Amino acid sequence: MSRLFIPVNAQDHAAGPDTAPVTLVEYGDYECPYCGEAYPVLKAVQQALGDRLRFVFRNFPISELHPDAVAAAEFAEAAAQAGKFWQAHDMLYERQSALKESDLFAYGEEIGLSPQVLQRAFGGAFDSKIEVDFSGGVRSGVNGTPTLFINGLRYDGPRDADSLIDALTQAARGAAVHA
Amino acid sequence: MSYDYPAAVLPAGTTAPSFALPATPDQTVALEELRGRPLILAFYPADWSPVCGDQMALYNQILPEFHKAGAQLVGISVDGVWCHAAFAADRKLHFPLLADFEPKGEVARRYGVYREQEGIADRALFVIDADGVIRWSYVSPLGINPGADGILDALDKLAPALQGVQS
Repeated sequence: MSRLFIPVNAQDHAAGPDTAPVTLVEYGDYECPYCGEAYPVLKAVQQALGDRLRFVFRNFPISELHPDAVAAAEFAEAAAQAGKFWQAHDMLYERQSALKESDLFAYGEEIGLSPQVLQRAFGGAFDSKIEVDFSGGVRSGVNGTPTLFINGLRYDGPRDADSLIDALTQAARGAAVHA
Repeated sequence: MSYDYPAAVLPAGTTAPSFALPATPDQTVALEELRGRPLILAFYPADWSPVCGDQMALYNQILPEFHKAGAQLVGISVDGVWCHAAFAADRKLHFPLLADFEPKGEVARRYGVYREQEGIADRALFVIDADGVIRWSYVSPLGINPGADGILDALDKLAPALQGVQS
């Protein structure tokens, strides 16, 4: 059974309380259509679980298939430095069909990221973070995108909202029992 | 031809059965030519599985990590060379795909990972050391892409031996 190789830590982008009984980690690629499909599902799951869930996003750009995936990840990391990671993350998934650098500069203007900041990002300023995410994912058994981990264990089940809510609710209960 | 096919996936410690399979319409790759460095042999059911989680595309992306560990990678399925060529071009693969096409599945059978009923190879991984001995093998449920963590762990365990060979 594949397990998260790098535990969730302060470098991660996390939504929800640190003390939540269940943590869902997504390894994702902004240009991957399956991640795009999962995006609204995961939103619904977050809504349903509320404070019981901490959701973490890590980069796993499959650049050989998705030529704009790395620039999109760089954009999100630049936004994270300005405290706007989730705004950028959501924006990228909602506009998945337009992720060229010119698009990203326009999105940057919308959320207040200067062209200079983005230029630095596209020049590789955050690539080491993206690479750490990627190799940690490989070591964890990420097998494509999106790959999900529930409390550190790879989740290979169906990815509809109901199944995920069930799996997460069960994991939350399990965590409560062990606590 | 008579050959004693194993009943199950060949375990660690077994000498890897030799093979010579076409990689392209005019090029054959033999196990013996791949000696001297660790080898990852990835059997998979078929080209063109319809997801971004496609195992070969994933391994293609991870190829630099395999190379860092000194290993080479080949994929094997029962698809023919032209199918492999189209698939490799579409997914921009940078490693060879071998066609276990005629006699169909012969190499998969020798490694104990042929699925008679469906006529395809299992999703099976082998890490073979520089001397041609299987050091790790794993069969994943058909529908589940096994990822690469097991491969990298197995390569880590080979690392001291590999350094011994180099020094």
